[in-house]
Amino acid sequence: MTASIQIQKTPELQYLLRLGDTCLILGQRLGEWCGHAPVLEEDIALTNMALDLIGQARALLTRAGQLQSPAFDEDQLAFLRDERDYLNPTLVELPNGAGRPGDFALTVLRNLMVATLLKLLWQKLAESSDSELAAIAGKAIKEARYHQQHAADWVVRLGDGTDESHRRSQAALDALWRYTPELFEADAVDEAAAASGLGPRWADVREAWMAEVGDVLAEAGLKPPADSVFRSTGKTGVHTEHMGYILAEMQHLQRAYPGGAW
Amino acid sequence: MTETQTQNEWPLWEVFVRSRAGLDHKHCGSLHAADAQMAIQMARDVYTRRQEGASVWVVPSSQITASDPADKGMYFDPAEDKVYRHPTFYKLPKEVDHM
Repeated sequence: MTASIQIQKTPELQYLLRLGDTCLILGQRLGEWCGHAPVLEEDIALTNMALDLIGQARALLTRAGQLQSPAFDEDQLAFLRDERDYLNPTLVELPNGAGRPGDFALTVLRNLMVATLLKLLWQKLAESSDSELAAIAGKAIKEARYHQQHAADWVVRLGDGTDESHRRSQAALDALWRYTPELFEADAVDEAAAASGLGPRWADVREAWMAEVGDVLAEAGLKPPADSVFRSTGKTGVHTEHMGYILAEMQHLQRAYPGGAW
Repeated sequence: MTETQTQNEWPLWEVFVRSRAGLDHKHCGSLHAADAQMAIQMARDVYTRRQEGASVWVVPSSQITASDPADKGMYFDPAEDKVYRHPTFYKLPKEVDHM
């Protein structure tokens, strides 16, 4: 077994890992639909999006690894970190729903939440003081726009669809909503990024996120539940029990066959 | 397939993709979708994921009227021996050759 790498958790690195791990872990979750989506066309759409996200993760992890001394490559960062060193918000590590491959309503609702967040972040990251990050953002924003549109379309169809699709969409919203405040929680990592011009505080896009997601939910006839005091903590590396299973699946090959490549 | 199954299935759409501005939209396949908007989105994901497209059309398959395969002989075979319908059949005067 290959040993885990030890990263230096500078604010800059944490900021990039939060973004990169969001893409990496959601991409992994969407990949679980491969061969299982409700219709063939949707199967291709979900896996296209999974690959877009993995592509974004690769670029971000590559950039993050260059900032470390000694430097790490994308594979080391993706596959050889311990769980506490993954900094994605909890929302993206939650299962797609009960069982496998899970619940389609929950999947598209989470996609809407994350794609809206990423789209708004990429818009601001295109102005990043880090020209590499700005270039990644310029490419990713087109993908995020499509992901948002695709997800919004489904959320409205299902929320405003049959009794069953509405019930399941509302249940998904009730389950996911309490994981959204974490997205916009301010902390020192975000403050440092805002100060250096690396990127926006995630809290800076909260208002726009609420407006865009709120419009789609209203059109879908879905109501967010009351806010709760619960705060998830994935962005600081403290994850749910689901994270270990994802990492086991993701890391198995690289740890069993170190350096293995296609 | 029973009648109910047929009714529950999403309608079929024909997909036309234009690969570059200036070229024609070419028929490239079909897919099932609940409505036109979904059909466009699915066509994007199914038929343009390898950079094939600059524009997509979808048309309900039910809206296409096709010739009857049984008429194939009567419709198309008579053209076989009418080579004079091709411009290449005519010899041009040397002065205007290579038109």
